[in-house]
Amino acid sequence: MSNNVFVITEHMNGKFSDVSFEMVGKAKELASALGGQAVAVVVGSGVAANVFASDSTIHVDDAALEQFNPEAYGKVIEALVKEKSPRLVMFGWTATGMDIAAWLSARLGKPCVAYGRDLCIENNTLVVNSQVYGGKMIAEVAPEGDMAIVAVLAGSFPAEAGQGSTAATTVASPIALDGLKTKFVEAIKPAGGDVDITSQPKLVSIGRGIGSKDNVELAEELAQKLGAVVSSSRPVVDAGWLPRTRQVGKSGLRVKPKLYLMLGISGAPEHLEGMKSAELIIAINTDKKAPIFNVAHYGATNDLFEVAEAMLELL
Amino acid sequence: MDIVVAIKHIPSIADDLPVKGNNVDFDSVDFVLNEFDEQSIEQAVLVKEAVDGTVTVIGVDLIGELDNILHLALAKGADKAIKITADDPAASSHQQAKWLSDAIKSLSPDIVFAGVQASNDLDGQIGPMIAAYLDMPYIGGVSSVEISDHTATINKEFSGGFGAKYAVSLPMVVGVQAASKPPRYAPISKVRQIAQTATIEKIAPSGDASAGLAFKKMAAPVATGHAEMLTGSSKEVAAKIVELLKSKGLA
Repeated sequence: MSNNVFVITEHMNGKFSDVSFEMVGKAKELASALGGQAVAVVVGSGVAANVFASDSTIHVDDAALEQFNPEAYGKVIEALVKEKSPRLVMFGWTATGMDIAAWLSARLGKPCVAYGRDLCIENNTLVVNSQVYGGKMIAEVAPEGDMAIVAVLAGSFPAEAGQGSTAATTVASPIALDGLKTKFVEAIKPAGGDVDITSQPKLVSIGRGIGSKDNVELAEELAQKLGAVVSSSRPVVDAGWLPRTRQVGKSGLRVKPKLYLMLGISGAPEHLEGMKSAELIIAINTDKKAPIFNVAHYGATNDLFEVAEAMLELL
Repeated sequence: MDIVVAIKHIPSIADDLPVKGNNVDFDSVDFVLNEFDEQSIEQAVLVKEAVDGTVTVIGVDLIGELDNILHLALAKGADKAIKITADDPAASSHQQAKWLSDAIKSLSPDIVFAGVQASNDLDGQIGPMIAAYLDMPYIGGVSSVEISDHTATINKEFSGGFGAKYAVSLPMVVGVQAASKPPRYAPISKVRQIAQTATIEKIAPSGDASAGLAFKKMAAPVATGHAEMLTGSSKEVAAKIVELLKSKGLA
C-alpha cells in the first residue's frame, strides 16, 4: 500500500474538464498530508496530458481507449489501482466518473463515497463530506481500510491549483482490451434549432414546483414580459414539459446570465453546478429549507403562481 | 427477453430530514420511490413493448411499505414484482446491491435497469454495483435503449447535449437518466385493482456487503451565505422583485 492519491481525469475531444484540475489541486494537498504523491491518471489514446500540477502523470495509451468506454476504462483503472495500491482514488461525480467509481468499489471491496464535496486528513485518517439528499444534508464519513474511492462534485475546489505542466509517462494498457462487450458506436452532438440558453442574458427557470405542462405557459408569459427565455431543472425535461436544450445543470447546460429567476426549483447539487455563477439569482420556492436559498441572492417562500401572476400585472 | 428493474425506496426529501445520532432518523421520514426509478421502470416497459418480454420489478423492502410502489409498477406495465424483506431502513447501497444481485442472479435476466442515481447514494449507486457483483457491463446516464439480436443500442448523455451511442452485447446493467418517453400515468383505479389481485413474491435477503464507512456526523449544510428573503403577500413579493429588477435595469 502507498499513500498516493490517484485522480482519474476526464477529457473529451482533447480537452480536460475543469473537475480534473479541481481534483488534482485537492489531491496535492491530501497527498502532502499523507506523505504520498498526487498522481494524475489519463486514460485515452494520444492525449496531450502534460497539463497537470500533479507529482506525476500516468497516461494509459491504447487505441481501444480513444473514446470513453465504461467497460474498457473500468478494466484499465481496476488493473492500475490493483497494481499501484493508492490510498485514495478520486473520480468526478460526473457522467463518466459515475459509471466507474461505485463499480470499482464493488469489484475491489473498497469503500466509496459519492457526492463528495470536501476531503481532509484528520489524524492520518481520511474524512469526506458528502452532499446527500438533494443537498439538504451533509454526511461526514470516514472510509475504513487501506484504500478509499471518492467521487467529487464538480466545482468543489479551485481548478488553478491543479494546472501545471508535469510530463506524463505513457504506459500501455495494463490489461488486454479484446473481447469487450461494450462498443462505442458514435458521438452524439447537441441538437440545434432551439434557442441557446447559454447566451441568454435573462432566464426564467422552472422546476418540479411548476406542477404540470400546462403551467409552463405562465413561465413563458413572464419570460416574454421580461425579455427572457424559459429554462429548467432536469425533472421538467424528463417529464417532457420542455426540450432538453432548455435544461440547466450537470447533465444539461451551464449558464451565467445576468438574471436567473427560479420558480419551484429546490437547488439539488446537480442543478447548482449549472447556474451558481449567475449574476442575480432570485428563487421562489415554498420549502423554506430548500438548498437554493443558500445560493440565491434573493428568495421568497410564496406560491410561485401567485407571484408570477402578480409580476405579470406589474410589468 | 427477461427484463429486470432494480428499484430503491429512499427517504423523501420533500420534508425536513430529522437526525438521530450520526445519521438520518429513518423512523421519522417518509419513504418514496427514487425519482430516477420512475424513468427506469418506464424504459423497461418501453423495451418490453418493442421486443416482447417480461418485466420483473424488484426492490428491498426496508420499512415494510414497498407494496404500494410495486403495485404502481405493475399498473404501469411490469409483469412481476418481488420484494426482498430486509426491514433495515439504514441499509447501504452496497448492501442493497448485494441482496438485489443475489436475487437477480436466479432470474437470469437479459438486461437489468436501475435509476442512474438516488439522493441517498452516499456510498455510490446500486446500478454499477449490481453490474460488478453479476459481472455484467454497465452504462449509466442513459436516455434510450433499443434491443435487437441480443445487443442493446444505448444512448448515453454527457453534459451540454453531448453524448455517445454504444452497442452492448447482453446481458448488461443500464443506469437510466431519462426514459426515451416521459413516464406513463397509471390511473389510481388501476393501481387499486392491482393491489387487490396481484401477488408480490417475497424473498429473504441473502449475501453481505458493507459500505465500509464510519459515520461521524449528519447535518443540514452550514450556509456560507443566505438569500435575502422577501416577505409579505405574493403581491407584495412580486412588487419587490419587479422593483429590484427595474433598479438593476433588468425589467
